[in-house]
Amino acid sequence: MAAQNLQSVPDQPAAPQEANAGQGQGQLEADGQAYFDRVMADDSRIEPKDWMPAAYRKTLLRQISQHAHSEIIGMQPEANWISRAPSLKRKAILMAKVQDEAGHGLYLYSAAETLGQSRDQMMDDLIAGKARYSSIFNYPALTWADMGAIGWLVDGAAICNQVPLCRASYGPYGRAMVRICKEESFHQRQGFEILLELSNGTPAQKQMAQDAVNRWYAPALMMFGPPDDDSPNSKQSMAWNIKRFSNDELRSRFVGMMVEQVRVLGLTLPDSEVRFNEDTRKWEHGPLDWNEFKEVLAGRGPCNSQRLERRRQAHDDGAWVREAAASYAAKQVNKQKEYAA
Amino acid sequence: MSPHGNPEEPASAAAEIKHEAPKASPAPAPEDHHGGNVWPLWEVFVRSSRGLSHVHAGSLHAPDAAMALRNARDLYTRRNEGVSIWVVPADAIASSDPDAKGAFFESPQGKDYRHATYYTKSEGVKHL
Repeated sequence: MAAQNLQSVPDQPAAPQEANAGQGQGQLEADGQAYFDRVMADDSRIEPKDWMPAAYRKTLLRQISQHAHSEIIGMQPEANWISRAPSLKRKAILMAKVQDEAGHGLYLYSAAETLGQSRDQMMDDLIAGKARYSSIFNYPALTWADMGAIGWLVDGAAICNQVPLCRASYGPYGRAMVRICKEESFHQRQGFEILLELSNGTPAQKQMAQDAVNRWYAPALMMFGPPDDDSPNSKQSMAWNIKRFSNDELRSRFVGMMVEQVRVLGLTLPDSEVRFNEDTRKWEHGPLDWNEFKEVLAGRGPCNSQRLERRRQAHDDGAWVREAAASYAAKQVNKQKEYAA
Repeated sequence: MSPHGNPEEPASAAAEIKHEAPKASPAPAPEDHHGGNVWPLWEVFVRSSRGLSHVHAGSLHAPDAAMALRNARDLYTRRNEGVSIWVVPADAIASSDPDAKGAFFESPQGKDYRHATYYTKSEGVKHL
């Protein structure tokens, strides 16, 4: 995260503006575009007060806010298991993880705010069902082993996706991702450990671990987004140095890592077609159900309505806290004024 | 320009100033659907250990300074990242204009003689 909001401070009256006052809007746009293009060519960074194309701003705002919403909604499948975690240590770890997700959401909302939309507006959009978030969080967490599979596969896929985003061309987004990636690695390791312990436990426990891996594998692979030939925005995002690698490229890398790691777990991936293609030097996987992906994104997944309802309820339940805090703050300001007078 | 920059030569040519982006596309003002009841924005600075300065860590919304400090602790120091926190209302910070950086930061340009590396004749001389 970082200095992004320092730049969102209201502009100081600037001399160059006056100098440019005689120029037409078209010239300003052209100069701005030339500057922006040079930043892209140099693989440098755009900061909040820089000129940027409207479409670049819109793309980033959509991506960062969706990312923030995913962190916030992503708290739910795991929060669901805090009270049922098998030991006090596991509870404490799970709480720390859920708290991290909340933090990641807040870093990202801050980054999105530098693009000109308020956090409250983004929250409203989420609650109204107008905003999207990662489809993965619309699947249920059925057993304790799901906490392992979510950490290992879902957070693993997220890390794979997010590490290159640390170099995204938009400064505030990249800085938020650096902070998030640092914290995320504990999430994946703790998931791996949960699965490893179950796998080394009773046959029933091992079966529970395998079942969770079976259910989360395909949705985790789909987290990287549609195949490259069906991902119309990818090219532009890569030209803008937001995305560094294509969806399929990242997915293939992820599969390769999982193939190694699942052996250590003593489990298997539910995919008989996983193989390393010697010609392309890339990992390949079996077909994924992209219709299911689209259905879940469109709001018809197993838990979409439950997740949104829970978010709405939490927002409403917290209203009195927000109001009390605001009115206390206002009272203190008034008291200070009276004291000063 | 000579390898070390010629102090006689103006550092920023006119062409360089023109490279600065104009403010053609200002960010739209945040919409407020909450009756002006939006919590103010605070910038958070964290001192990671004694002897180091506070460094900007990020920002957050809070109704007052006390809440901002508590929230900053929960948001930015969950892993012992700090021994001290400052929170500053974002609108209390004056910032230089990024569009004017060419002119604003012109003075040190080309003044390499302000760096020790400018002086090469003493190379090899010990303790210098």
